[in-house]
Amino acid sequence: MARMTMIEAIRDAHTVAMERDDDVVVLGEDVGYFGGVFRCTAGLQKRFGVERCFDTPISELGIVGTAIGMAAYGLKPVAEIQFADYMYPGYDQIVSEAARLRYRSAGEFTCPLVIRMPTGGGIFGAQTHSQSPEALFTHVAGLKTVVPSNPRDAKGLLLAAIADPDPVIFLEPKRLYNGPFDGHFDRPSVPWSKHPAGEVETDYFEVPLGKAAVVREGSAATLITYGTMVHVALAAVEESGEDIEVIDLRTLLPLDLDTITASVGKTGRCIVLHEATLTSGYGAEIVALVQRDCFYSLEAPVLRVAGWDTPYPHAQEWDYFPGPDRVKRAIATVLEG
Amino acid sequence: MATRKTTKKPNVSAEELLSYYRDMLLIRRFEEKAGQLYGMGLIGGFCHLYIGQEAVVVGLEAATKDGDKRVTSYRDHGHMLACGMDPNGVMAELTGREGGYSKGKGGSMHMFSKEKHFYGGHGIVGAQVPIGAGLAFSDKYKGNDNVTFTYFGDGAANQGQVAETYNMAQLWDLPVVFVIENNQYAMGTSVKRATKSPDFWERGAAYGIAGEAVDGMDVLAVKEAGEKAVAHCRAGKGPYILEVMTYRYRGHSMSDPAKYRTREEVQKMREERDPIEQVRGLLLTGDHATEDQLKEIDKEIKTIVNASADFAKESPEPALDELWTDIYAAEIPQEVN
Ligand SMILES: Cc1ncc(C[n+]2csc(CCOP(=O)(O)OP(=O)(O)O)c2C)c(N)n1
Ligand SMILES: [Mg+2]
Repeated sequence: MARMTMIEAIRDAHTVAMERDDDVVVLGEDVGYFGGVFRCTAGLQKRFGVERCFDTPISELGIVGTAIGMAAYGLKPVAEIQFADYMYPGYDQIVSEAARLRYRSAGEFTCPLVIRMPTGGGIFGAQTHSQSPEALFTHVAGLKTVVPSNPRDAKGLLLAAIADPDPVIFLEPKRLYNGPFDGHFDRPSVPWSKHPAGEVETDYFEVPLGKAAVVREGSAATLITYGTMVHVALAAVEESGEDIEVIDLRTLLPLDLDTITASVGKTGRCIVLHEATLTSGYGAEIVALVQRDCFYSLEAPVLRVAGWDTPYPHAQEWDYFPGPDRVKRAIATVLEG
Repeated sequence: MATRKTTKKPNVSAEELLSYYRDMLLIRRFEEKAGQLYGMGLIGGFCHLYIGQEAVVVGLEAATKDGDKRVTSYRDHGHMLACGMDPNGVMAELTGREGGYSKGKGGSMHMFSKEKHFYGGHGIVGAQVPIGAGLAFSDKYKGNDNVTFTYFGDGAANQGQVAETYNMAQLWDLPVVFVIENNQYAMGTSVKRATKSPDFWERGAAYGIAGEAVDGMDVLAVKEAGEKAVAHCRAGKGPYILEVMTYRYRGHSMSDPAKYRTREEVQKMREERDPIEQVRGLLLTGDHATEDQLKEIDKEIKTIVNASADFAKESPEPALDELWTDIYAAEIPQEVN
């Protein structure tokens, strides 16, 4: 075991995967020589050579498209899109090619590709550096979508994603890279070294895709979330003094519906929380499934707390961001209902 | 490379030289101030300074007439000041205040001015390039002789949308000058690590587009090349590519470890090629101005820049309601959670 930040854990997952399997290659803007703008790939080029960890021009379509070709013929590319907000030029290749290759070829060709992207806000990135586009991926049959919330999960999930035979979109909440962030922007930040999930196995291990984690047990209501919002949820629950169960989905697709229905079946009340904008967000999917599978257990309408349906603003970020106060309001409402 | 330089003693008036000096100095001092405000925590998130590249926009603006348009990337402060936008409004956008050009909603990378025909600040690398061609299309359609200056970097030049745009602009004979601000780096990636075809202007030949490279540290050379390019466009001969060889002194953004180049390289540029020092030299050696006169200009500029900083600190944050305006023409009722 070793103490790691989320950046170090992701870097370690790359290192372990590249040591185990010569077919794993790493590509993206500034990932090689420079080691990644967030340092997630620092040292890889030095250690594994420029053939296995290499820089690309600023060409997202080209990055994704060439990685698909590599994956279709025996390699296991791990491509970095520098910010999730930059993936749109490559989105066509993700949707039309990566997601569809297996189906289209009746299983003859596959696309074991991982595309990593830092996601989410809380860093004053404004419109083009703060978005949470997960629903654009979960909406596409053929893709798996993962969002870790801590260093240990990040390493284990990334290794599972690299081992997976299908394309995986790996969204890294950039606000969590250096420490858990609970939405209290005005308090000193806590480093991962002081958090239990900053303790990470140093060798190979997987956190299986499609398995949620109950990060806090409770009986009064279920709060379902992922990524940065796991920490916001935990803070809000502590401050509310209520006995709320908190579920960290970890993988959005495949979804661990059993953990969700077991919890809501027990508590009878449910809130879904995400940073992404509300309308047609991933939370809508959870709400639909909960009402179908837990209908007779529900004692109150299922609520959503999410980003407002506006572009991500430069000013007033802390009002826009669904922080602990908004979550606490929803907790009060769902318990009343 | 056949880079255009002013070799003979320039045939230029004192007045003209003084105006270039003033405009370039305004950009430099403004950017230095922005850097200070960033250091003080008054500007958050991303902030890309233009220091070192001043001669590019100042030289090209000297070749424009009213009605000409400009569109650029996120490194946009210099372009806005050079086309006459108000320093107060620019600085207040950086600090995310109501008095900013986008009322604080856009931030450093996203600002616009209809009055000055400035079509933005764009945070997505390369996104402005086809937009610039579309603006030129509108001018052509309307039958006027306006020209659009579409600025982008050496890194952006490798984006797929640039290739598509070149083809369309030439196909449709659009009056657009593609200005490639080649500052030799895209974040931490030097030109030679991103392409084997480093003479970007020559790529136009594949589409039949005329172009040339020009010394971007020499404001007079830039202006001369700009005039030639504009004449080409106004004569209905279609697009033109100007590759302007320049250099950014500061980091890519405010957090840049700068490990990809040596301090000596930066120092050499500053000492030997600085665009402002070059004009200063011409002014003094040509007896166009005295030290005292230049000092007076320095003082004037300091006053303007300090005023913009004061304005940017004093202007209030936008009201929360403001986040919900300007999403659609007519507001659509939305849920605030
Ligand atoms: C589509 C997209 N990909 C990546 C980025 C991240 N990024 C921002 S600026 C930049 C470098 C651009 O370099 P260049 O075009 O040379 O412009 P310069 O910064 O030198 O002015 C990169 C990679 C982005 N903003 N958008
Ligand atoms: Mg550049």
